[in-house]
Order: sequence, then C-alpha cells, then structure tokens
Amino acid sequence: MLEFILERGNYWAIIGLMMIGLYISFAATNLIKRLIGLGLFQTSIILFYVSLSRIDGGTAPILFGKDYGKSKSHDKAGDYGAEAAEHGADAAHGTYDAAHGYGGEGLENVYSNPLPHVLMLTAIVVGVATLAVGLAVIVRIREAYGTVETDEIREMDLEVAISEAASEAEESRAGAA
Amino acid sequence: MIEFISSFVPADIAAHAPALLVVVPMFLAPITAFMPNGRLAWVLSILATGVSLIMAMVLLSQVRSVDGGGVLSYAMGGWAPDAGIEFRIDSLNAMVLLLVSTIGFLAAIFSWPSVVAEVRDAKRAMFYAAYLVCFTGLCGVASTGDAFNLFVFLEISSIATYVLVALGSGRDRRALPAAINYLLMGTIGASFYGVGVGFLSAATGTLNMADLAIQLQDTSGNRAVQVGFAFILVGLGLKAAMFPLHQWLPNAYAYSPSFVTMFLAATATKVAIYALVRFLFTVFGLEFTFEGSTLIWILMPMGIAAMIACSFQAVFQTDVRRTLAYSSVAQVGYMLLGISIATTAGVSAGLFHLVNHALIKGALFMALAGMVLSYQGTSLNDLKGLGRSAPWTMTAFAIGAVSLIGVPLTAGFQSKFALVSALFDHGWWWAVAVVMSSSLLAVVYMGRILEAVFFRAPSNPNKRRKEAPLLILIPLWILAIANIWVGVQGGFVAGLAEDAAGSLFIGDVS
Repeated sequence: MLEFILERGNYWAIIGLMMIGLYISFAATNLIKRLIGLGLFQTSIILFYVSLSRIDGGTAPILFGKDYGKSKSHDKAGDYGAEAAEHGADAAHGTYDAAHGYGGEGLENVYSNPLPHVLMLTAIVVGVATLAVGLAVIVRIREAYGTVETDEIREMDLEVAISEAASEAEESRAGAA
Repeated sequence: MIEFISSFVPADIAAHAPALLVVVPMFLAPITAFMPNGRLAWVLSILATGVSLIMAMVLLSQVRSVDGGGVLSYAMGGWAPDAGIEFRIDSLNAMVLLLVSTIGFLAAIFSWPSVVAEVRDAKRAMFYAAYLVCFTGLCGVASTGDAFNLFVFLEISSIATYVLVALGSGRDRRALPAAINYLLMGTIGASFYGVGVGFLSAATGTLNMADLAIQLQDTSGNRAVQVGFAFILVGLGLKAAMFPLHQWLPNAYAYSPSFVTMFLAATATKVAIYALVRFLFTVFGLEFTFEGSTLIWILMPMGIAAMIACSFQAVFQTDVRRTLAYSSVAQVGYMLLGISIATTAGVSAGLFHLVNHALIKGALFMALAGMVLSYQGTSLNDLKGLGRSAPWTMTAFAIGAVSLIGVPLTAGFQSKFALVSALFDHGWWWAVAVVMSSSLLAVVYMGRILEAVFFRAPSNPNKRRKEAPLLILIPLWILAIANIWVGVQGGFVAGLAEDAAGSLFIGDVS
C-alpha cells in the first residue's frame, strides 16, 4: 500500500497543487488572488503532462551517440519541403500515407517522449495570455469600482440594480399616469 | 445554391479549403489590428468572414458529393497525422462550419452601426481584430481532428471572447466583473478539458481523434480513460453552458456589447456542444458502458433541469437580454436532451435544434442590438410601444420570438417536433411532457416581451425611438426569413443534421 502511494508521488503532488489552485480560484475574494489560483491550477496541468512523458531510464529527447549519425544520414536537407508539398496535394484528396509517422524504432538509447513538452509550450503561452487578459480586466475593474474585492463589487452592483429598479418603477408609474 | 457558389472556386483553392477557412481570418486579424480607422477594419473583417463562408460552402459541397457523407482529411503543413495535426471534415464539421461562418459573416456586416455606438473610436480596429481571432478559434474547433489542437483553438476563441465581453464596459461597468467571472470559469473549463486529453493520451499515446477512437476500444475498464472522459465532459459542459455550469453566461450576455452578445449566443455555445458531441460519439462510443450511464444519468437530467429551471428564471427577468440569456441555457437543455437519447433520430434532432437556435437567437439579439442603438437600455420598460415606432425591427424580433416558442411554420417548431418524435420513438413520453411545459414557459417569457412591444403605450414618449439602420435590418431579415424558410421547408437544414448524425454513428471508425 505504502509503495503504491510512494510510487505515484508525482501524481499526489499534482493532485494537491490542482486542488489548492482550484480552491483559491473559487474561494478567494480578491480577484488577483483568484488569478493566482488559476495560474497554480494551470501550472499543475503542465506538470501533469510533463510527468506523463517520462520513461524509466529515459534521457532528454535529443538524439546523441549512434542515433545522431543514423538520423543525419536519413534526413537529407530539403527533403522535407518536397515531401510536404507532395503531402499537401495528397491530403486534399483525402489520402495520406499512414506509414509516415515518427520512427521510434531502431534507436540505441531510451528517450523521454518529447510530444507532451511541445504541447505544454503551447499551454504555457495560453496560460500567459489568459493571465495577461485577466490582469488587464482587473486593472479596469479597479478603475471603474475602486476595489478588486469581489464581495464589495457585488454589493455595489446590487445597489445599482436596486436604484435602477426603483427608477424604472417610477418611470412606468409616470407613463401610466 | 451552395454547389453553385462553390463551383466558382478554383480547384487549387478548393483543395486547401479546410486550412484557408481558419487561416484567412487568423492572418487578417493582426492586419486588422493595425488599421488606422475602424471602417477599414470593418471591411477587412467582412472580407475575412466572407472568405470563410465561401470555404465552408466548398467544404459542404465536397462532403456531400460523396454518398452517405465523405470525410476530408487535410494534413496541416503536409505533416501526416498522427505526428502532424489533421483537419478532418465530415458532415457534422461541415454543418457546424457553415453555421458559424454564416452567422459570423452576417454579424460582421451588421456590426458597424452597433460598434460605432458602443465602442470608442480608438478601440474599433482592435475590437474587430479580437472578433476575427474569436471567429478563427471557433472555426478551428469545428474543423480540427486533433484533440489537443481543439484545446488550443478553444482557448484562442475564449481569450478573444473575454476581451470582447470586457469591452462592454463603455456602456455598463458591470461588463468587467462579468468578463473576469467568465475568464475564471472558462479557463477552468478549458483546463479540465486539457487534463482529460492528457489522460486519454496517457492511455493511448495518441492525440488524433480518429486514432483515439480506434485505440480506445482496447482500453475497456481502464480507469485513466474513465477519468479522462469525466474531465472532458465537465470541461466542455462548462463551455457549452450545461445546466449547473452556466453561471457565467447570463451576465456575460447581458453586459457585453450587443454585437458580441449576438455573435456569442449564436455560435460559442454551439461550437462547444459540437465538441461534446464529437467526443461522446466519435472518440468515445456507445460501446463504453460508462458513457451510456453518463447520457442517462447526467446529460438527460441536466438537460431537463435546464429546460425547466432556466425557463422559470427567464420569466422573472426585467432585462430582455437576461431573459434571452436564460432562455439560451434552457435551449441548450433541448439539445442535450436530444443528444442523450443517443439514437440517430435523437442526435439529429439535437443538432437540428442547434442550428435553428443559432438562427433564432441570432435574429433576436440582432433586433435587440438595433433597439439599443436607437434607445439606450434593454429593460422590458424600454421596449414598450416599440412595435409602432420600429415595425420592421420588431416584426423580425417577433418572428424570432414565435420561432423560439415553437409555433408551427417556424424553425423552432420543426426541431422541437423532430425532438418530440425522437423522444416518442425512444419511449421517453414523460420527457415530451417536459418539452411541452418548457415551451409553455417560453410562451410566458416571450409573450411578456411581445405584449410590451406591441400592445403597450411607450413609458416615456419623449425619448428618441426609431427604426434600426439598413445595415442592421438586412442581416436581421435574412435571419428572420431563414427562420420561416426552415419552418416551412425544413428539408435542407434537417438533411444536414441527419447527415451529421448519420456520420457519427456509421463513420465511427474510418
């Protein structure tokens, strides 16, 4: 049992971080803190993907030693451009060559899976963009309301809504009369 | 007509239609942002969405030229799938793409007067850039065949949407808290989806949806797959405003600029529902036992709860935009109910309603935008007596309203009828009763508005009130006539929905 838990230490850490982030982004009243919680949540997802990509005994996914020479001879310069053009034409007609996958076979060394890292580069960019937009909106909220506390904002909105309803009722009474 | 227009497109361009559909608005977006004035940006955004619309027509005619619905596979950048990103267009994608680009095109045309009134001069070019980015994201979600790519497009469209919603602050500062709430919830939703995709890729080692569908079949009982499914369901459910996860929607719709409300109401949740359908029926399938129970114990009750609870909430709103926003959540309930039947007829009814609801809400929010233009404010009080001073705008609004209720000879009737007959076939007669009572609630909340518009004297006769400008009236009437056309002769849209649903169940693994 203990072994089961310890073996998956990274997942426990990720689950913990994720839950903390989610809790902050719901429970904090300060909008900046909520964004921090959101950032924590997103970062834990990045960790999750990265830890998925690890392979026991695997090294960083950069070809070295014998693998390096192999890939060099295989991959002629300019080859990709021609191939890509061909593929573009093929793909339009709904046929593609399924055999053209990445070759993981025939390598001497064990490498970690590079794909999740690539995906997470995109996810980091997405996270930064979200954070930037969020902070910009918070700046505008601070300008419009003078506070970044959600409960105070809600109170102010409620007051506005009540006064609006009152003036509307008056207006309709005037209209009826 | 679609075949006729697409026959003019040269073959070289038609071959790259899946990419061009997304890439053209994407590249025009930054150019739009640098335009010196808003008018040029407006013209560019019409151009971009127009190109997308033509490409969507090309795709549809290509897909329909094959019997039973063909599947177009386009390898992005020439990198073959699984390593590369695949754009995969089947009947369902083509339908959603046509819907999004049609609405996007009409919205771009009608936007100008509304944007002039509600967005500051210096921000207009940026506003259109954000609109194009949002449009790009939605089209990307509807055309990609790669699960992670879908996440990226989802986030692209969402981030642009937060900006667009926040721009409503010029009219009402409550747009800002609405935007930040939407941002928090939307990001959590998208992240949940990301986690789910991570679990699936851990279990199968692939991200391509068609490939996932094949590989997932040997993973029965795998806990990681089940967890991934749950995460994806919640994440996409949040984006689609599935019942208990819809809290972001009413405020975001009520306070954003009226053009944005119209565009979002007609497209954003629809695209999320498309993604949900894609995962439910293509990536996963009914052979997963946990999916069957999810449909019956989660999707169906939530759909029904939305239909009743949110219709009730709609009745008690004083702001018309909020009424329509709650009604949107209720209508999402109809779609989910149709999907949860999980027969071809049920799913096709759900998709049919998806298209019709986009036409209905597009027309309603467009009419409201025209109204806001001549008359600040969207409360029920402001609408009183408008039927007399703005008959064209309000007649189109009334057509949308009766279509939403589901009066015969309108689009709403056709899709509700399809839904009801699918429910009867499946033996869920009690759900028919729910559909009926929810429609009655729609009569109440739309009736309240129509009564105020046509039968009340204006509450403040001194305020300026006039017809919406021609730029709004033309797209508005196109949508209104589309509502009647689908209602009288629903064959075209119903056929699209049927093909789409058919492709889900036959073309499961191809």
